[in-house]
Amino acid sequence: MGYRSIVLVKQVPDTANISGQVMRPDGTVNRAKLPAVFNPEDKVALELALQTKDQYGGTVTAVTMGPPKASDLLRECLYMGADEVLLISDRKFAGADTLATSYVLAEAINKLGKYDIIFAGRQAIDGDTAQVGPQTAEKLGVPQITYAEKIVEIKKNKITVRRRIDGGFEELRSPLPVLITVIKDAAFPRTFRAKRVMAYKNARTLMELEKMTEANSLLYIDDLLQEYKSKNLYMPTFTVDDLDVDLTRIGLRGSPTKVHKVESVVLAGSEHEQFEPTKEGLNELIEKLMQDHIFG
Amino acid sequence: MSKISNEVWVFIEQREGKIADVSFELLSKGRKLAEQLKGPLKAIMIGHEMKANCGSIFQYGTNEILLIEHKKLQHYRTMPYSRIVSELVAERKPRIVLFGATFIGRDLAPRVASFTKSGLTADCTDLQIEDVTYLKQDYPQLLLQIRPAFGGNIIATIITPDVPIQMATVREGVMENHPLDKAVNGKITELPYTSEPVDDLIEILDRHHEESKINLKSAPIIVAGGYGMQSKENFDMLYELAHLLGGEVAGSRAAVDAGFIPHERQVGQTGVTVRPKLYIACGISGAIQHRAGMQEANKIIAINTDPEAPIFEVCHYGIVGDAMDVIPKFIDVYKHKLK
Repeated sequence: MGYRSIVLVKQVPDTANISGQVMRPDGTVNRAKLPAVFNPEDKVALELALQTKDQYGGTVTAVTMGPPKASDLLRECLYMGADEVLLISDRKFAGADTLATSYVLAEAINKLGKYDIIFAGRQAIDGDTAQVGPQTAEKLGVPQITYAEKIVEIKKNKITVRRRIDGGFEELRSPLPVLITVIKDAAFPRTFRAKRVMAYKNARTLMELEKMTEANSLLYIDDLLQEYKSKNLYMPTFTVDDLDVDLTRIGLRGSPTKVHKVESVVLAGSEHEQFEPTKEGLNELIEKLMQDHIFG
Repeated sequence: MSKISNEVWVFIEQREGKIADVSFELLSKGRKLAEQLKGPLKAIMIGHEMKANCGSIFQYGTNEILLIEHKKLQHYRTMPYSRIVSELVAERKPRIVLFGATFIGRDLAPRVASFTKSGLTADCTDLQIEDVTYLKQDYPQLLLQIRPAFGGNIIATIITPDVPIQMATVREGVMENHPLDKAVNGKITELPYTSEPVDDLIEILDRHHEESKINLKSAPIIVAGGYGMQSKENFDMLYELAHLLGGEVAGSRAAVDAGFIPHERQVGQTGVTVRPKLYIACGISGAIQHRAGMQEANKIIAINTDPEAPIFEVCHYGIVGDAMDVIPKFIDVYKHKLK
């Protein structure tokens, strides 16, 4: 028994550390130029899925769509305790907005077979849109509970969740399957398990194995795949060929929103009056504010 | 392509039967967009016994209210609300649909956009209508969905050129609230609610809702702290100063993320937009997302140790110094003046 959870995770640029070279002229982002991190709320989502497994049994599958480099993220999911991972990666998926992303995610999830709960972070720190979760739920035709802060219980195939609302909270009960997006406070992500790091540090995706064959002409992809699969070190990878997707609905082409213009933020360099950080300086400032009738 | 609609719709958000401020702000903006498109402004309102609110909606120049009322629709629930809005949008294809970027709007809008395969841009800080040439093709009167992106290093203008429906969410306080002097004589179109089994998949077991006591938007003076305040304890001096001046305390996103101050006090693109008489920014560097939420304050004081901090570019009065040292002095001097 137990529940099968799928967790949607994303590798995001560390938006606090952005240099000038990351934007391409067409306004999309050159992620290769950015330090990449595990989207914080997705990590919380994974933790919540693992806690659900700890309590009720079942399995946890972490799924990400992204560039080949996102394999790092999936290894981290394995280190934390995910049973399975899936990378969805193809140049044809690049430039996707939330609609095109959710379409591919939904198609991939459908291919994975029956599931009970899909967990996702509320939003990713690179876009803060909070759209992919609900859009994936809509495409799968399942209900959603957003802003979840606590799984209260799962009983008789129904899940009770406490979620935030404006100025309060509500407790909802949903049948399974359901998609749940979680906020930061919902759980504290566990650290990597040393044993699991040892076990999975050599886990590889299809693109990583292909890279190994490029570097060494004595290696053949089919042999490598077989070897890694037999050692349980292959991280399943879907390219566009593995999914039955409508090519007009993926990537930049399948994205209704387009970046029309990108402007660097140029500060006007406004004139302002400077005051010293001393009692005299502050006295001057306060007198000025009083004259302006701001206060006093 | 069939004839493109020129209708602008605003989703009216109600909590406990009371219309959220953000909906009136969106109606104010929506009216301007509709005037440019020479089309009608319509409101879509779902709830129970909401008719008494229609007058206030017409006060914003709304030409038509699409009203769906039922006892089962009293509280927002994802499934019936998203189904109703999705079906209406799919059937009538308005040109623009605006939602508040609230817990409700951010739960609802993506499902509607997904169902109707429309573009949706979150947390816009400005909306404009303009003729656009995109990839050598001319598109008349597109909605420009403008928002800071990528850590505030850029301002992105998003368009949805090839789909008939353009959607956006906007945070509370971003658009100004401008009722007309006189309400227009608009039409109320009541639409029946036909329940579907999916509507009741999720049950509400318990609900706890309180009007927030914190009202940053109407505070005349705001004392705001950033990551530079270093700790939650250091915010105490900001509370003291705010109390003394009759104002409220706010924080930047970095301060909220660090746990120095609760999210409901966040000012900026993903928080509240404020226009106080005086805004005192303490230890706030002034990323564009923060400035988007406060740069229209009447007077801005910036206190920061870094003379190069961008906050100094938008302030009127600058103090290069450590807020932890300057604020207690400020309090002292001010108290002395009051005597």
